[in-house]
Parts: sequence; C-alpha cells; structure tokens
Amino acid sequence: MNISGILLQLFQNTLVVLIAPLLVGWVNQCRAWLQNRTGPGILRPYLNLFKLFQKDAVLAHNASPLFRFHPYILFACMWLAASLVPVIATDLPLSPAVDVIVLVGIFALARVFISLAAMDIGTSFGTLGARREMLVGFLAEPALLMVFFTAAAISHSTSLITIVETLAHKQFVLHPSLAFAAVAFIMVLLAENARIPVDNPSTHLELTMIHEAMILEYSARHLALIEWASALKLLAFVTIGIALFLPWGIAEAGNWGAIPLALVALFLKLVAAGAGLALLETVSAKMRIFRVPEFMGTAFLLAVLGLLVHFLHGI
Amino acid sequence: MTIVTSLLPIDVTLGVITYWLLLAFAGLLLQNTRTITRVIFPAGAIGALVLAAAALSGLGGPVNVAMLPLGLPDLPFHLRMDSLSSFFMLLLGAASIGISLYSAGYFRDYAGNKLGLLCFEYHIFLAAMALVFLADDAYLFMVAWETMALSSYFLVTTNHSIPDTRRAGFIYLLIAHVGAIAILMCFGVMQGGHGDYTFATMRNAHLTEFWASVTFLLALFGFGAKAGIVPLHVWLPEAHPAAPSPISAMMSGIMLKTAIYGILRVTFDLIDVQLWWWGALALTLGLITALFGVIFAAVQTDMKRLLAYSSIENIGIILVGIGLTLTFHVFHKDGVAALALTATLYHALNHAFMKGLLFLGTGSVLHATGERELGKLGGLIHPMPKLALLVLVGALAIAGLPPLNGFVSEWLMLQAFLLSPGLPHSYLNMLVPIAAAALVLASALAGYVMVKFYGVIFLGQPREEKFEDAHDIGIWERLGLGWLALGSILLGIFPVFVILLIDPVTQMMVGHTLGHSAAQTGWLWLTPLEPGRASYSPLILFLIVVVGVIFTMLAVKKYYHGRLRHGPAWDCGFPEQTARMQDTAEGFGQPIRQIFEPFFGVTRIVPTPFDKHPHYRGESRDRIWDYAYLPIAWITEKLSALVGRLQHGRTHIYLLYSFLTLLALLAFIR
Repeated sequence: MNISGILLQLFQNTLVVLIAPLLVGWVNQCRAWLQNRTGPGILRPYLNLFKLFQKDAVLAHNASPLFRFHPYILFACMWLAASLVPVIATDLPLSPAVDVIVLVGIFALARVFISLAAMDIGTSFGTLGARREMLVGFLAEPALLMVFFTAAAISHSTSLITIVETLAHKQFVLHPSLAFAAVAFIMVLLAENARIPVDNPSTHLELTMIHEAMILEYSARHLALIEWASALKLLAFVTIGIALFLPWGIAEAGNWGAIPLALVALFLKLVAAGAGLALLETVSAKMRIFRVPEFMGTAFLLAVLGLLVHFLHGI
Repeated sequence: MTIVTSLLPIDVTLGVITYWLLLAFAGLLLQNTRTITRVIFPAGAIGALVLAAAALSGLGGPVNVAMLPLGLPDLPFHLRMDSLSSFFMLLLGAASIGISLYSAGYFRDYAGNKLGLLCFEYHIFLAAMALVFLADDAYLFMVAWETMALSSYFLVTTNHSIPDTRRAGFIYLLIAHVGAIAILMCFGVMQGGHGDYTFATMRNAHLTEFWASVTFLLALFGFGAKAGIVPLHVWLPEAHPAAPSPISAMMSGIMLKTAIYGILRVTFDLIDVQLWWWGALALTLGLITALFGVIFAAVQTDMKRLLAYSSIENIGIILVGIGLTLTFHVFHKDGVAALALTATLYHALNHAFMKGLLFLGTGSVLHATGERELGKLGGLIHPMPKLALLVLVGALAIAGLPPLNGFVSEWLMLQAFLLSPGLPHSYLNMLVPIAAAALVLASALAGYVMVKFYGVIFLGQPREEKFEDAHDIGIWERLGLGWLALGSILLGIFPVFVILLIDPVTQMMVGHTLGHSAAQTGWLWLTPLEPGRASYSPLILFLIVVVGVIFTMLAVKKYYHGRLRHGPAWDCGFPEQTARMQDTAEGFGQPIRQIFEPFFGVTRIVPTPFDKHPHYRGESRDRIWDYAYLPIAWITEKLSALVGRLQHGRTHIYLLYSFLTLLALLAFIR
C-alpha cells in the first residue's frame, strides 16, 4: 500500500460516483435515438437527482427503521462495488479486501436489503417486486459467480486485479470458455440491472415491473440515493465486463504516465458498451415473468459450460 | 494456582458433565419454575462456558486420555480428548451458553412439574452430547449416543398431549434407531474380529478395501440418519416444529453436528484407508441434500419447518465439504484437503450459532403471538424491534452474505473448489465444476428463503390479527440471542483466528494446516493459499461499508434540508389497501414451486367462481414419503402379518411347532 495507490483509489471512488449517472443518460439517449426520438439529453439523470434531493420525503405511516436506513446501505454497497473494479489502473489498495466472490456477495447483500425494504410497508406491489427480484436474483447470482469462476480458473486467482493483469497480458487468443462466459455475463447484466428483456427500466405502473415495484414507496432523497445506486450498479457491471473481456489499455501498477491513455480507453469502451446496451434493449422485447427463469437458466448453463470447458480442456 | 494449571482439559470436561448431571437431578427434585429458570438454566450456561474454555485449551494441546471404572465389569469406559473432540466440544459449549441463557427466560410460563422434567432431560441431553465427543470405545459411544437420542426424544415430545407431536416423536425415534443399528454394525466391522471395542484397537486394525468401504457406507447411513441426509431427513421437518424452540435450537445447532463428528471420526481417524469414490459419493449426496433442503424450505409455510429444511440444506453443504476433503486427501492433495476440511468445520461452527439464533428467534415470536404459521404473522418489527434486529443478523448470516459468518465458510469452500488441482479422474474433474455450480445455486436460494422468512414474519402489516400488544423479548432472551448474534458477527469478521483454532484438527485429520498460509499477511487478511490467488478481509469490507453509509448520510444531511412527512402508503394510488393483499408465505414461495414443480407432490384446491366461501389451498408434499417410506411401511406390515399367521393362541398348535422343531433339529444333528 503506497501513497500513489491511495490517491488512485480516491480518484476512482470520486470518478465512478460522478460518471455513473452519465452512463445511464448516455444509454437512455442512445435508446431514444434508436427509437427516432429526440431524447432527454445525456445530462437528464443529474437533473433528476438534483430535483429529487430538493423535494420533501414522504414516508408511509408504518415504515420501519429498516426502510429508512436501506437507501444508504444500498448506495454504500454499490459505490464500494463500482470503486473496486480495476478499470484505470491495477494497483487499487482496497482491492485485496474484496475478491470476485465477495463482490457477488456484496451484490447479494444489496439485493436482500432492497427486497426486505420493499416488503416493509406491506403493499401488494412491494411484496410482488421483492418476490420477483429474488426470483431473478437466485439464478443471476450463481450465473455471475460461474462467469467469475471461469475467469478465475484461467488466471488461477479469484482476485480481480490478478485476473485483469493475466487477461490483459495474454495475446489476443479466443478462449472458448471465456466466450461462453461473455454471453452469460451479458444476460446476467441485463437481468441484474432491470433491463429489457427481463425488466423495463423506463416503466412505471406496469404489472410486469420488478425493480420499480420495489421502490414505489420511496420518494425524494431516499429515491435519489436508490436511483444513484442503480446507476452505480450499471456502471459496476459494465466495468466488470470491460475488465474481464476487454481489459486492454489498462495502466500497469505504478505507471502514472499510462493513466491518461487508460482514461481515454475507458471512456471509449463505456461509450461503445452503452450504445451496445441500448441496441440490445431496442431489438429485444420484454419477456413474460415466467420466461425469466428460462432466460436466467440459460445464462447459468452457459456459464457452467464455460467452466466445464476450461476444467476439461484447460482452455 | 497449581491446582488450576495441573487440571487437564479432560478433567474439566468430566467435571462439567458431572455438574450438568447434578443440575439435571436438582431440576427434577425442585420442580419449581422460578428456581429452575432463575438458577438452574443460568448455572447450566456457566457450565457451558467452562466447557468451552476447557475445549479451547484442549485444541492443539496434547491428547488426554482417561478411564472410568464404570459400566460392565472388565469393560471400563475409555475417554479421550483430542483436537477433533475439543473442536466439537467448543461448538457444544459456545452455542449452548446462548441456548441455556435463553431458556432461563423462555420457560418462565411452564408449570413446575413439567419444567422439572424438561430441565432434567435438557441437562442429560447436554451431558450425553459431551460424552459422545469424549468416548474412546464403541461401548461408551453407543451408551452416550442412545442417551442423547432418548433424552432428545423426550424433549421433542414435551407437549405430548398433541397427537402430531407424538407422531413426530415416533418418527424421530424410529429413524434414530435405524441409524443406531447401522452405527453399531459399523463398529462391529471395524473391530475386525479382535473382540475389543476400544477405538485404539480400531485405529490399529487394518481393513481391506472392501470392508473399509462397508464401514464407510454403514457410518454414512447411520450418522446420516442423525444428520438428516436425504433420504433420511424426514424426521427433521416433523420433530423441529413439535419441540419447544430452545430444544429445536439445540438439536439443529448442536446435535446434528454430533453426526458430522461421527462421520469425521470414523472416516479420517478410525479407518486407515480411504477410497476416491467415497468422496464422490459424499459430494453427490451432499449436493442433493443441500438443493433438496433449500428448495423445500422455500415453499414452507410453517416457520419452524422452514428452518428445519434450511438445516437439511446446511448439513448438505457440510457433507459437500467432507466429500471434497476425502477426494483431495485420497489423491494426496493435502493442502487443498486442509482447506476443504477447514471450510467444513467452520461451517459446522457457524451453523450452530446462526441456526440456534434463528430457532430461538422463532421461539420468541411463538411466545409473543402464539402463531407458527407464516401466513398469519407480519409486521413484528414494530412491537418487537430488538428481536427483529437480532434475528436479522441470523437471517443475513445464514443467507451467506458478507461480512457475516455464513459467508466466510462458503467463501472457503468455493476457494477449495476453485483451487482444486487437476485430479487424475475425468469423472471427478467434471464433477467439481458442476458441484460448485450446484452449491452456489443452493446458497443463492438460501437468500430467497431468508428474505421470505424475515420479510413475512417481521415486515409488512400483520396479516390476520393485530399483534400490537406482542411483547418484546426480556433480558434473558436478549442475553441468549445477543450471545449467538455476537458470535455470528465475530466469526464472520475475524476468520483468521477461527482458522488458527481449526488448524490442530486439520493437522490431525489430513496432516496439513491452513493457518500458516492463512495468517501470512497478518490477521486482517484471509489468504487461504497465497495472497495473489485469493484474499478477503471482512473487517475492511465492513469498515468501508460503514464509512460509506456514514459519509452518505452526513453528506445528504449537510447539503439537503432533510424535511420529512408521514402519509399513507402510496401503492400506485390504490386506496383500498388491506393487509391481506400482501404476499402470503405461499405466494412468496410460488415461483419456486412453479419452477421446481416436478420435485414436489403439489396438491391444489382451487375454488370455483361460484363458491360462496372461496378457500384456496396448496400443499407441497415430500415425495420421498410416497416413494420410499410408505412402501417400506407397507412391506413391513405385510411381513408381520405373515409372521402373525403362525400365532393362533391355541396351545396344541404351539406344541406341534415345538415337536416339529425338535424333529428338525434331530434330523439336522444326526
């Protein structure tokens, strides 16, 4: 642990929390363009957050402390997750505390808390959302872990930094196991971030909603924190995808000169990933809720297949 | 001072056992509710504390042996306290402190004579479990094992006026004894014709591969019946709801671990050969048990049944760990074997704390509301905030979430899977990733189950009746639950110390330890093999999350006004919101039931649209009853009916039997 590492960690912490809404804005804007709309502009999420923070919070009469406390826990968890993924440089001092399994554990912790908070008021939509979220989660979580396991088995380590360093230094060879894992990861990303075809982020008041149903009772600053946390979660997933499957351009440990280049590379990758996500969402349609287990089951099987390919053939 | 230092851990343990026996008789004689709850149960907790301390000093120390001139003539009881016994003794002591403290408050409404009997059985049960861990010959082991089974049977049937309780007790007793027969035969095989039933002889005897396999299978069956390995699990979901909650906590948290102890003792200590397919068998059985348990837990509507199925799941995870250890040990990969064994023992210890906590929590809910059905509970976080907080710790821990203890053991187990070196068997190489996937699926489902458990009981609105006057827990309950919750948190945050405790056990069993590599970068970082390969620091993680939460709260508070209004719930503007519109326990489990429908025997009673009093009912049955137990019961009945035909009750026919037997014998001898 050294000064430069700590500075870098602080820089990344600040960076992710600031650019997370931008990514959401960019995805929404791309989607609007693809649908022949003008779109709200990519700065819209910041304005929304600002607006929400100004409002008076309304709490239901029977809200428990868990309900009020939850947005902060969710925000802290997602912030932590997003700041631990090595995207700019590989010497983050906090990273050894959290390996990929713990990262999945943090997402699970956040999911359990959001589901509990949704059940707290005791409304029909809240419990419905909680149930569906756990339904998506219990298949998405193992699929994500299997994707990580494939990458971990290739690099003989579950530490994110080692994984990224190993994969970034390999010459461009196509690992069949990683190809399976990449497809599974994209499916998990869509499900975990409440995107089409699993959930629709731009809907409200729809019987098929999942994420929105859980946060119906939140308002003002609590809602703002949840929205911000969702943006951080999307950023975390996109950067995990970048770190696992497109790690090239990342700065080596201690190599400060490479950081501007790494930033530019990250920026370009995020722009491309955001546009790709918007395209995926535009060309697919929302699924019935009971097709979701099949979708997630496919992701899980693909990820296990990737791991099996690695274990049996070593590639 | 010299007396204290010259006391061996085994002497202290024997002292505690005697002390518990004395407490048992004191309770039986006193029969006074106030004295028993205020004096005897707390005194039992102090005994447990002393036992835990003795076990702690016994871990890693020299092996203590003793001989008690009790029992039959020429057959004294052999006692032995090595690291394995000490570890399980520590589990027994540490977890039962909380349970005994809690019992001091929980049983305050019981009538004196009933409580006297219960207190007697309770302390006999504790002493018998300690003796199981201490036994060094098959004779004492079986005596202690049977005492444990019988005392727990009587504890389960405390409320014997309810027919369901008697039925549950009978099933428990039956399966316990089928298991005990297998264990007896297992010892019989192991002594190998020496006619000497001490464990020392068994250690020295050499078994052929065939007989070693027979021993292993008998041990797996016999101890599996106690642990609840599928398909011998059926007694758990019956017995746990029937027993008083502290008893359920004790049986699930501690007694199931005696079976794990038995499997480990027989497989790694008493038999000198191990075969690779044992590991594969244990791994497969463990996975089936874990998945089965958690899927059934998700559809339960009785909170204690739900926890019973969750215990089955955790036993499955522990068995997976044993299977992994066996596999690696057979192929001489002892570093990873030590990792897997550490994960196994760690999970056993964790489960004692978290499942104890949850069962005791259901006891308090039951006490305050008189309701075990999840469908009638709800919103208890408002009248019972302290209980809700403590149970939340247990629920998050058992769901395997960082930074609590359930996560650490799962993390270690996954590391063992992932770092598994290439095994010289393609079947095993294929099994390992699939097993890892199934294990991860089970632990993700555990999250589902715990959200259901906690959300339906404590959150939302009360579903049928109002529980506003439900009283929160008293001081003794708070102490007991607090101890177990604290244990769950500490075990989660300081894993390196726990691993150093487990080290002597892995050294004894597989000849390798984890502590050296686990602690190489200081106690803050858990690094099972090398820091570059995997590392985890729960304390740092915990601190970051806490700092993040505090920072966010302060920032929001500083820059924004913080105005807050209270209003009715919005729910998309729907005005006629009632408590019955929330998900019931059945509703919450419905997706799981739909996905895994082939596993369940689902019966649904759906009302017609013209029904005046519509009543929907769905029931998920355990199909193993239909496919295994009922046919066996049927065959047994038929066979006994056949044998029964011999009996007519007429003397001359019996004389004829004797005459024919005599003739046959004469013909045979000649």
